[in-house]
Amino acid sequence: MDFTLKIWRQEGPQEEGRMETYPVTGITHDMSFLEMMDVLNDQLIRDGQDPVAFDHDCREGICGMCSMFINGEAHGPNRKTTTCQLHMRSFKDGETIYIEPWRAAAFPVVKDLAVDRSAFDRIIQSGGYVSVNSSGNPLDANAIPVPKDDADEAFNAATCIGCGACVATCKNASAMLFVSAKVSQFALLPQGQPERMSRVQRMVDQMDKEGFGNCTNTGACEVECPKGISLDNIARMNRDYLKSQVTGE
Amino acid sequence: MTEMPKHSVALDAKIPEGPLADKWTHHKNSIRLVNPANKRLIDVIVVGTGLAGSSAAASLAEMGYNVKAFCFQDSPRRAHSIAAQGGINAAKNYQNDGDSVYRLFYDTIKGGDYRSREANVYRLAEVSANIIDQCVSQGVPFARDYGGLLDNRSFGGVQVSRTFYAKGQTGQQLLLGAYSALSRQISKGKVTMYNRHELMDVVTVDGKARGIIARNLVTGEVERHGAHAVVLCSGGYGNVFYLSTNAMGSNVSAAWKAHKKGAFMANPSYTQIHPTCIPVSGHYQSKLTLMSESLRNDGRIWVPKEQADVDALRNGSMRPTDIPEDRRDYYLERRYPAFGNLVPRDVASRAAKERCDAGFGVNEAGEAVFLDYASAIERYGKTEANVQGIQAPSAEKIRELGEAVVRAKYGNLFQMYEQITADNPYKTPMRIYPAVHYTMGGLWVDYNLQTTIPGLYACGEANFSDHGANRLGASALMQGLADGYFVLPYTIGDYLADDIRTGAISTDAPEFAAAEQAVRDRIAGLLGNNGKTPVDDFHRRLGRIMWNECGMSRNEKGLTQAIADIQDLRAEFEKEVCVPGRPDRFNPELDKAGRVSDLMELGELMCKDALERKESCGGHFREEYQTPEGEALRDDKGHAHVSAWAHTGVPAEATHHKEELTFENVELKTRSYK
Repeated sequence: MDFTLKIWRQEGPQEEGRMETYPVTGITHDMSFLEMMDVLNDQLIRDGQDPVAFDHDCREGICGMCSMFINGEAHGPNRKTTTCQLHMRSFKDGETIYIEPWRAAAFPVVKDLAVDRSAFDRIIQSGGYVSVNSSGNPLDANAIPVPKDDADEAFNAATCIGCGACVATCKNASAMLFVSAKVSQFALLPQGQPERMSRVQRMVDQMDKEGFGNCTNTGACEVECPKGISLDNIARMNRDYLKSQVTGE
Repeated sequence: MTEMPKHSVALDAKIPEGPLADKWTHHKNSIRLVNPANKRLIDVIVVGTGLAGSSAAASLAEMGYNVKAFCFQDSPRRAHSIAAQGGINAAKNYQNDGDSVYRLFYDTIKGGDYRSREANVYRLAEVSANIIDQCVSQGVPFARDYGGLLDNRSFGGVQVSRTFYAKGQTGQQLLLGAYSALSRQISKGKVTMYNRHELMDVVTVDGKARGIIARNLVTGEVERHGAHAVVLCSGGYGNVFYLSTNAMGSNVSAAWKAHKKGAFMANPSYTQIHPTCIPVSGHYQSKLTLMSESLRNDGRIWVPKEQADVDALRNGSMRPTDIPEDRRDYYLERRYPAFGNLVPRDVASRAAKERCDAGFGVNEAGEAVFLDYASAIERYGKTEANVQGIQAPSAEKIRELGEAVVRAKYGNLFQMYEQITADNPYKTPMRIYPAVHYTMGGLWVDYNLQTTIPGLYACGEANFSDHGANRLGASALMQGLADGYFVLPYTIGDYLADDIRTGAISTDAPEFAAAEQAVRDRIAGLLGNNGKTPVDDFHRRLGRIMWNECGMSRNEKGLTQAIADIQDLRAEFEKEVCVPGRPDRFNPELDKAGRVSDLMELGELMCKDALERKESCGGHFREEYQTPEGEALRDDKGHAHVSAWAHTGVPAEATHHKEELTFENVELKTRSYK
């Protein structure tokens, strides 16, 4: 298969970027999208040009490091799929493919397609944890029974990989899906109750401080989320946030 | 640089006295402590933020030490522990199936083919239960049964159900737990986190590890960081094979730099080749994807019995489901009736290779076997029909119900398989083949997890300590967290107790300046090279050499040749490699060049180690040493030792040291899973 790639090139956070055109040839159906990018970079290096910088690591859809906006969609055309798990069989031979970085004020470009998502780390640092030290003698694990449905729902929220597709997709560059997934995981579990109200306040405050936008319920984030994190989490977070304001806890 | 002994020395593992079951408690009670006020005067560097690194950094900070943590990824949450699928072992005996600390210890020693240290393994089993308690208190959402209690599954090489799991994403959930503990300490200012930083060298002053040289991967800045101790939690080196289930960035550089500064590398050739991975599909393939071992719980592995069926499969004239039962060879059930499809990983991998080498591989390349869920779907479907009270269910109904059960248990794995291969594993058997997954070898450490450099520690996959010649499934997560939460935070105090009056470590020492200059020179050398060949090209060629000669089976001739070939490749790399870009920018090609350069040197040492070990054990199979039935033939008289290598300049000329392994609590037996 052959493709024409239109790729965002940007030297650094301060420099101006531009779209550049690159042809790639000899791509096979079973290559992943990132392997196609490897082929392009191999070609660029051999031609003495600057290879395209992009983030990637596990290449099995779980680390959350890969992050491309492909033909106007986060992680490309397939649902519940990260870019590293997207295969070239999902494209038509001869197609022109547009590849851009995540675009959000809170995610400045590092170079080309790689962006800085440390804002997500800072949101977790603001309260995305249960305050327990590691200790030689905590309670036996089975001393805290958790109803299976709650455990399953907490797990579903906890599967967020922190890739930032929700932010890149949202017209407001809102991080509500990411934040609400972590808030929900702990809100659903007995272990999360003692800090439930202060957690939601601190995390939402940090989210605002980082410059993410607000949620206007378009639902695009849920559609583009590679892990299928549900919008219900945002509703749950809003309820908790409101409650925390009212009760002043 | 630490003085290198040129002759073999016996290594002292500093194993505490006393009966096996009391060693750890006794040791904890007798080692020195650092009081809370003094901990505030001590700095510790932790390199890597996987399970071992995040848990160690968080625990050390909670105790009061000042921690600097480093990871090369853009966030500590992305370390490759995140990709571990199946589960984590713990001797909780929640299933009341006779499990105990001793049994987990025994299974691990046996699974490791009697090449691990008894005292370490016992301690691992002992703290395992505590790990689950710790993780649950952090809010890790493990799988639960309808009563709200924790669920377990079984894994290869054992006959009890002791594996805790969170669907096929256990590593992710445990890592996010450790990451949240780490994040909490970052918010308190007790951990300073350095994302997108790579360790470039370990700095030793007066023979002690006193800091590191790190490179900021965004700005290219080369930085000096001093500390009273350095803890490497930098993971394994499976990427020496190029194709592996490791992440693209996983590398040996931190451990290798430490090795070059005087830390011994132990058993580097012990590699785990995981039996259930998605087969290789083409030249540009960049990584292999694991299908969790938990799939062997319910899946049955087979190839056709007859060559004609193999040919028909390969030319597409027959589908796997067309082959009747009596023409299928369920070779693991045939060869190992007691453990069947749940034999340990090394045994399952070699058996797959044996069938494929004999010509029964089921894909075009002849390098794949089937993992079949048809009978599990039928079995679960029938049970579910009974549960739901459906009288005389049709075959379709049974299938439908069975598929739903399988989906609930393994849904994300099946989905992943379908995404990669475009085959539906509910309808047709999966094709799988062994791939490099884990490295049991690593930096030699004593009972305190200290390397041969005082003040330099290694935890998790980066050390060699607990898995012998073969790791059992669901034990890597256990070891990473055991080291980080419960072992290192105690043992490091014994060393740091001497440092309460030292004061901050200055990075103005000449040792820092020299290390920094060497790093700068290397970077300039790589960028200024006038070669034409991209780094990946060398990496691929290294991988081919390693897979062919130092992979699932090894022999003297091949290993000797491989050493020569790698030396040629290293020389060619220095002349021909092309590294584009600038030193003061985000430059992933430059990062990769440094890593591949270290992997090549390591590969050479791995071949040397494999050559020296004239026996077969666990993941190390030497063709010269096998039983008439093709099983591994161990040599307990000559090789019941850990090989620890000291760097002397050329990897193949490393000095060989031994730690003799003594077994006082288990009897050395030929491992049998029949």
